[in-house]
Order: sequence, then structure tokens, then C-alpha cells
Amino acid sequence: MEWVTDLLTMMISAGTPLLLATLGEIYAERSGILNLGVEGMMAVGAVTAFGITLVTGNPLLGFLLATLTGCLLACVHAFLSISIRSNQVISGLALSMLGLGISSLAGRRLIGTPLPVTIRKIPVPLLSDIPVIGAFFNQDPVTYTSYVLVVLLWFILFKTKLGVIIRACGENPQAVHAAGIDVYLIRYLCTLIGGALAGLGGAYLSVVYTPTWIEGMTAGQGWIAIALVIFAVWNPIYATVGAYLFGGIRILQYRLQPLGISVPLLKTLPYVCTIVVLVVASSGKFRKRIGAPAALTIPFEK
Amino acid sequence: MLNLRLERREVTPEIELIATIVAILLAFVIAAFIFLIYGINPLYAYAQIFGTVRKAHRLGEIITKLIPLLLCGIGLTIAFKANTWNIGAEGQLLIGAILATWVALFLSVPEFTRLPLMFLLGFVGGAAWAFIPAVLKSKLGTNEVITTLMMNYIAACFVDYLIYGPWKGAEEWGFPYTNKFPISAWLPTIPKTRIHWPTLIIALVSAVLLYFLLTKTTIGFELRVAGQDERVARYAGISVEKAIILAMIISGGLAGIAGVGEVAGVHHRLRYASSISSGYGYAGIIVALLARNNPILSIITAFFLAILFVGGDAIQVSMGLPFGVVNIFNGIILACLLTSEFLAKYKISWR
Amino acid sequence: METVVEMKGITKRFPGVVANDHVDFDLKPGEIHALLGENGAGKTTLMNILYGLYRPDEGKIFVRGEEVKIRSPKDAMELGIARVPQFPETVDNLSVAENLALLLPGKILRKNKIQSMIKELAERYGLELDVDAMVYELSMGEKQRLELIKALCRGAEILILDEPTTVLTPSEVESLFQVLRRMKEEGKSIVFVSHKLEEVFAIADRITVLRRGKKIATVPAKEITKLELAKLMVGRPVTFELKKEPVVFGEEVLKVNNLRVLDDRGLLAVKGVSFSIRAGEIFGIAGVAGNGQRELVEAITGLRRVEDGEVVILGKDVTNKSSADIIKLGVAHIPDDRRVGAVLTLSVMDNLMLKNYTNFSKNGILDLRKARELAEKLIEKYKIVTPNVNVPVQQLSGGNIARLILARETSGECKLLIAFHPTFGLDVAATEEIRKLLLELRRKGVAILLVSEDLEEIMQLSDRIAVMYRGTFMGIVDSEKAKVEEIGLMMGGVKPET
Repeated sequence: MEWVTDLLTMMISAGTPLLLATLGEIYAERSGILNLGVEGMMAVGAVTAFGITLVTGNPLLGFLLATLTGCLLACVHAFLSISIRSNQVISGLALSMLGLGISSLAGRRLIGTPLPVTIRKIPVPLLSDIPVIGAFFNQDPVTYTSYVLVVLLWFILFKTKLGVIIRACGENPQAVHAAGIDVYLIRYLCTLIGGALAGLGGAYLSVVYTPTWIEGMTAGQGWIAIALVIFAVWNPIYATVGAYLFGGIRILQYRLQPLGISVPLLKTLPYVCTIVVLVVASSGKFRKRIGAPAALTIPFEK
Repeated sequence: MLNLRLERREVTPEIELIATIVAILLAFVIAAFIFLIYGINPLYAYAQIFGTVRKAHRLGEIITKLIPLLLCGIGLTIAFKANTWNIGAEGQLLIGAILATWVALFLSVPEFTRLPLMFLLGFVGGAAWAFIPAVLKSKLGTNEVITTLMMNYIAACFVDYLIYGPWKGAEEWGFPYTNKFPISAWLPTIPKTRIHWPTLIIALVSAVLLYFLLTKTTIGFELRVAGQDERVARYAGISVEKAIILAMIISGGLAGIAGVGEVAGVHHRLRYASSISSGYGYAGIIVALLARNNPILSIITAFFLAILFVGGDAIQVSMGLPFGVVNIFNGIILACLLTSEFLAKYKISWR
Repeated sequence: METVVEMKGITKRFPGVVANDHVDFDLKPGEIHALLGENGAGKTTLMNILYGLYRPDEGKIFVRGEEVKIRSPKDAMELGIARVPQFPETVDNLSVAENLALLLPGKILRKNKIQSMIKELAERYGLELDVDAMVYELSMGEKQRLELIKALCRGAEILILDEPTTVLTPSEVESLFQVLRRMKEEGKSIVFVSHKLEEVFAIADRITVLRRGKKIATVPAKEITKLELAKLMVGRPVTFELKKEPVVFGEEVLKVNNLRVLDDRGLLAVKGVSFSIRAGEIFGIAGVAGNGQRELVEAITGLRRVEDGEVVILGKDVTNKSSADIIKLGVAHIPDDRRVGAVLTLSVMDNLMLKNYTNFSKNGILDLRKARELAEKLIEKYKIVTPNVNVPVQQLSGGNIARLILARETSGECKLLIAFHPTFGLDVAATEEIRKLLLELRRKGVAILLVSEDLEEIMQLSDRIAVMYRGTFMGIVDSEKAKVEEIGLMMGGVKPET
């Protein structure tokens, strides 16, 4: 049983950046905004957190600023797609390019530098000793935070009025507007939440998981997160399943290496799996009923 | 929130041209601020980038880079016209390069047929790579943005697999390259430049042909209707599936040809994916969008992006900046294009 | 207090039209004031101004004697003004409770509270609704009830009902009127927007008539006759008579046999429908929207999969054939939504050759000159108002887009015409023109399937009438012998006694 617990422990850690980014994108899409810029926001979050932690020695400050820069980038998308009603696909692509470009500019002197601090795992007493389940309680503080976020974001989305408003914005913004609620405000809010969480996910990647800065280290995780939103049928709870599954695929890559399978071929695994997951999710029989928010990518005009 | 009064107005080609120019200028202003934040003198950087145009050998380099940008860009105009977001030109280019390499190194055919066969298989390979997401989109409605992007990563990994593994060259110790192509698989170039002119001619002719296809043929009509409005196309008996698949095959095939040009005209072997293409497939998106999906106007926009690419190389050498910085321009240009289109489309006043 | 709402000299201009031209309107406490006018008279614009969706270019609004500026629906709500829109603006993928939660104070969803609130409203006004139901499961009538509850739970004292009966069966209309009368007794003021004379007479205390953006008159309902009112509304003596010549029906053109079709959600929407139409016959399908008409039409035209049964056109089995194959047999189709019948972003010429573009091609290359000549001919013949053939269709008015679709569909070799709401949203003149054209086609021997919610239109034009309710035909009657009451009952799901 021990190896299962160990494997699960690693899967959770490897899946955490994906989980954070997916949670954020769920909020953006639930409000009707498709943000394809996750990859860029993650990259900028990663480089910011790494740089700040390196300079100040304070990872908390690094995480905070990564979250903020994620927000800042998301602002660009929010302005383009909400305020001036641009095509969300193009705007998201622009954001991804911009984010990757900024990360490579900002990180040009950080490559190969080790961090002065490491974020350690803090096992929860007693709970972490339980077989299998214990894997969830032998993690670092950021991962614990992500559990709280999953529950909190789920609760807000499905059990509060704010959640109803967010979902209604993604389904029929006209009705929200007619109810006297500012659709733009809600959509801005959700897009910014998406940016903040993508930034945090990137920060986890560079400060906790790897921990180092390599140009292009996000390696498509932002895009995988967007696919996971569909897989999770826009529900924060289900996002954990997809994220940890892909965390597992990442672990699998390293586990299969000693068997003599070529490394570049193993690297294709998460990308192939993403396509498979998307195909499965889009061929579901009841796609229409549990499908994408009806107003996703449609600009709202007062 | 802001209380703006928006009034739609008709967008004429003149307004579009002005909007495009304004967008590009604005992009450079904004990028300048980003450079400043990271402690780089933007004026010096811009001088380095645009200083390239004046030197003759740099002009040759610009045209060399224009070739793949144009081939990817015009293909994307067709895909975008059919409302299919092919973000996978990068991967389609790499598959074209792989198949061309296979023909160049491992296929025994009469020498005079080698180059034509490389082009043919390059086209088929790129088209096949685009065919997969096209079928998934048209049959299952799978989001093509993500599938084409994933296929880019897969193609890049596959290139790495080949050059580290089965196709690893014997003559280069340690470095991941394939063997050099035999001379019969080298494209001729204009003397003193790296311009592989056969590919350039293919690109220019394709641009004209695609323009004709879009505006003067039944296929082009079907593509436009299907791309503008799926529901109306179905109602009119036009197959949306066919339009998507056809557009993706053309788009992928042309990107594949770009890949053939790069290995047969520039590198003469297969090497790291990031060396074969420094993001031509992604920049092709900007080529197409700046040209408003017009294949002929793409020649101008591809030239502009080629300047940026050569400039990117220049600041890499002279200022030690990573080539990825070009992505900052790409992103900002797109964002500014969206903004200027909005300004062109609406008359705005305070109320 | 004399009036709760007073609108004075309201003017609203849109590019190219004056939607409201110095309109005065007032509402007294505890009255139902009908706003009557044809489509495009400016009723909805005036009410959108009162509800804060548009801002007037000129004019003043007083609520309870005080001048107010209503900048948004939120402002309107704070003044106690609520609107029940023509087509319910509910969020279909949320439950009834969640839809209501959008409007209620409080941060956490509390279903018990909403349940007891609905119970109270049900006792007071007769507005019953299941709070757990998903809104997409509701009928149109139930959705409208939800809209009314929404208005009431915002504490609305002034209700605007925009064409509220469009989506209702006759019996649902009657129960709506009962609810409205209860509300009136409670002292609420109601604006009842409509273009239907009968209804206005049944419910209103006072009637204001709008015509082409101008207020024509405000009269107490008791002091005017229907004919006088009709004259005020249309501005000329109305002749609702169309000449329908007797026609000898020809061969059987369309035969539908026991057809079963699913809707978008995978539920059975057409549950075994059979009928046939002969050349020169107009077969009308009446019924309230959402009873399977759309699915039926789409199945016949090859746009939706047929689960069971068959469609035969001119003796050929076309069940589950592509729309292209069906078009080739000479089937024309006027869809209910004009955005399905034309690509708004493409030019007039492109749209006119949308279905027969292959006729202009030689080896796949289009002869654009020929296409232009034909387009210009059609523009002239069908009186389509457009600057030239190259402007995008979105710049045309609704009536002209309708004419464009009609021109394209009926100018070719047409054997069967499927007309779905062909006059929806058009003014009286355009409506009459299109109805005449349908009769003209009938005379030429075209078989016509006419699907409409407008009972008057169905009665006027059809040779036989079927009434569709929840996916089945309640009955098929001869239009000569048909009575409006009988058809009305069938629309509400009551089978005729035979």
C-alpha cells in the first residue's frame, strides 16, 4: 500500500499547478469569458515568483506578486474581451504570446540560479499516517491552500447568490443585466480571479515543484488547464480529478524512463492524453445539457 | 463603469488600413514601456531591430524569413475564413520538415525527383497533421484551438525523438542533428543570400491562387458561408464539415511546405524543433490577421513580421536578449489590432 | 395621487428612424393601460425607455409626481418598475430557485425562503411554480409565470408586460388575465403592450394607440369600438380579406409518415406526426411556439435527424438525406429566424445566390457578372430596398431581409415551400404583400407548408389546418369548417370531440 500512498503524494504535488490554473479558468468561463491566455499568465507568474523569492528570500511575497501579475495580465484580456467586445480567441492568444515573451525577457538572468529557500512539505499529524488518504495530508502549504480554494470556490459557485450571478452571466447575461446587476463587473471579477490563480499555479511550478526557472517551463500546462475545464464540466470539485490525473501522467513520464523508452516520446504523453480527454469530453451523449456556458465567448452589449 | 455612447459605423478599407498602421505603432509604444520596466533602452533596441532593413545582406535574410511566414500565414487566412482556429501551423511545419528529411536521407529515388517528392510529402504530412484536429472538430465538435496546440507540442517532441534517436547523425558527435542532406536535396538559393527561391515562388503563387480560390470559386464561396455562419450554411445545404476539413488540409499542407523549405533550403538537415522554426506557425496567425485574412495582403504583413524576426535575431546577438522577446511584440500587436478595430468600428462619445 | 407614471414628449431616434416622436403617456394607480400599435410602431422602445434600457433623446419622465432619470434597469427597479419581457429572459440552465435568487437579498442560497415566498404568491395571485425545476423544463407559460414572480419579488408596483400573450395558449391567456386582475385589485399599475385588439379589449381600462412612433390617441376602453380602434392603429381602413381562389390540387408533393424527432436536449419533440400536402395546397400548422414545430420543420428540410418514420418528397424517400439533396428536389424554406435564412455579414448578392451558386459556376469558377445581373433583377422584382448588391445584409431592415429570403426561395424552380413564421415581426403592409405572394404561389401549383403562431394568418391562408401540441397533431381540420374556438382548444391540448 505504501507505494500507492507515495505515488498519490507525488501526483497531488505535480497536479497542483494545473489545479490552480483550472480553478481560475472555471470561474472565467462560468462568467462567459474564455481566456486562452492561461499559458502566458502561468509563465509570468512563474518568473515573477521565482525572481522575487530569489531577491527577497521571501516566497510568500513571491506568491503574492505572482498572483498580482497574473491579475494584471488578465486585465488586458478583460479589457479586450469585455470592455471592447473583441474576439476572445484572438485576445487570449495575444495574452499567451505576451506572457511568454515577458517571461523570457524577465527571466533572462535567472536561468540556472538555485533558490535560497525551499518550501518543505508539512505533514499533518495523525492524518498523514493514514494509508492512501494520508497522501493528501503530506503536502506543502500551497497545496493545502489549494484544497481550501477548491471547496471555497465550489461553495461560492453553487451555494451563494454571487455564484448564481456568475453562472447566470455565462448563460444569459441579458437576464443578469435586467436584474440590475453589472455584467461587466462580474465578468471582470471572474477573469481577474482566473488570472490570479493562473499566476499562483505558475508560481507553484517555479518555486515549489521544480524549483528553478527554465524558459518555457510551463510547457503547455496552461493549455492543458483549459482542456481540463471541459473535462471537469466547469465544476471546481471535478477539477481535482483531472488535475491529479495529469499530475500522475507527469509522474509516469519519470517512472517509465528507466524502462528505456525514449524521453522525447514520453514527453508527448500529457499532450496526447489532453487530446484524448477532450475527445471523450466532447463526444459525451449529454454534452448539450452539461456543456459549456451558453454565452461563453459571446460579448455582452448593454 | 464608463458611460460611453457607441455608434456603429461602416468600416471602409481605408479605415482598416489606418487602423492597422495605428495598431502597429501603438504596439511599439507599449512594448517600449515593457522594455523600460526591465531596464532596457527601447530606442536602442528599436534601432537594432529596424537598422537591419538598410543592409543588403539583411534584406536577403528578411526575405528568407518571409518565406515560412508567408506560407503559414496564407494557409491560416483560409482556415480563419472557415472559422477554424488553426493554431497548429507550427506543428504542421515540423511534420513537413520531418517527411522532407525522410525523403532526403532515407528514400532511394531518382535524384531529379527527390526535391519534388520532398515538397509533395511535406504538403501531405502537414495536411495530415491538420486533418486530425479538423476531423475531431467537424465530427465531434472538439475545440480545435487546444487540439492543434497539443499537436504542436507532440510534433516538436517527435522531432527531438528522431534527432536524438533513430535519425541521429553519425558525423556530428554528441550534437542532436541528423546527417546533412545530399546535395540533390538542397534547394537552390539566390547567390550571396539564403533565399531558397523555389519555395519563395511557391509561396507567392499560392498567395495569388488562394485569393482567387476565396473570391472567385464555388469552393471559396462555400468556405466563406460556412465560416461566417454555420447555421445558415447547413440551411443552404453547404457542408460545414467539408469546409473545415478542406481549409485545414490547405492550411496544414502549406505549413508543411514551409517546413520543407526550412530543412531543404536553410538548414539542410533536421535539428532541434526550435531551430527549425522560431515560431513561424504562431507568427503566421498575426500575418493572417493583420492582412484581414486576405492572402495577397499577407505578402506585405509577412514582410513586416520577417523584419521583426530578423530584428529579433539582431537584438539576441547585440543585446543578449532571448529570442522569445519577439513574442512580446506578437502579443501586443494582436492586442492593439483588436483595440484599433474597435475604434474603427465604433464612433465613441461621452454621454 | 393622480398618476404613478407620466412620460412627456419622449423622443428617441435610431440611425435612420425616429422610434418615438414626442410621445406622451401616463399611468394611473390600479389601472391596466394598454399600449396598442402594430409591429414597429414604437411600443417596445417607449417601454424600454421607461425601464431604463434606452435613454430618451428628448422628453421627461415623472414617477409619482417627481421627475426622474432612469439610467438602467436598476434605477427602474428602485422606482418599483418591473418588466415582463415578450420572450422570457430566464436563465434556462439554472433552477427556478436560482433564477429568483438573482433578485433576492442575502448572500447564501436559501431554498426554504424561496419556497415559502412562492407559496404565498400562489395563494395571493394564483402563481404556482416548482422551485426545484430547471427552467429549461418549464413551458413558456410557466416561464412567464416565473417572470411575473420575479417582478413581484422585487416589490414592483408598476408592471410592464410586453406582448405577454405571444407565447401562451388561449387558456393560459385567460389565467394570465385573472392574475393581472388580482394585481390590479391590489393597487398595482400595469402597462399592457400588445398589437392584438381582442386582448386589449378584454383586459384594458384605457388604451393608448401608437403609430409610426407617434401617439395617436388615448381613450377609455369602454368608449371605443374595435373597428374604430383598428382604424386608429393602422391609419387607414383595414381590409383583412385576401382573395383565395379555388384551386384544383395536383399530385402529392410532401408525405410525412409517423415522424419522430428529438430536440436539442435529446428529448422527443415530435411524437409520431403524419400528414401529406398536394400541389397547390396550403397546409397550415397552428400551435404555440415550442410544441415541436421547429423540430418538425428541421426534420423535413434535412437539418435534423429523423429518429423514426419517413419523409417522402415527390415520391422520393428523403428521410435523413442531407439538406443539399432536399434543396435539389425543389424544396424552398423560409426559416422563422431570419438570421438562419441569410448570412448577415455577407453581401446582398452573396445571399441571393446562397442556394443556387452552383448555377453560376463553370468548372468550379463563379461567373460573378451573371450572378450580379440576376441579383439586380430580383432586387427590382421583389422591391428589396438596398443601396447596391454589395452591401452586407445586416445593413438592411428586417422587412427587406425577409423579402430577400423570399425572393431567393421562391424565384427558382420551387415545388414545395416550407414557410415558418413568414411574416413574423413585419408591419401590416409587408405582411399583406407576403401573404399575397404565398397565395400566388399556391395558384401556380406550389405545395406550401405554413407554420405559424398567428392563428389569423393560418385561418386566412390554409386549405387544411393541423394543430400541434406537445409533439403531436391534436387534429387536422378543413379551414372552411374550422372554428377559432375549436382550434384554440386544441392549441391548449384539448382533443376535439368527433
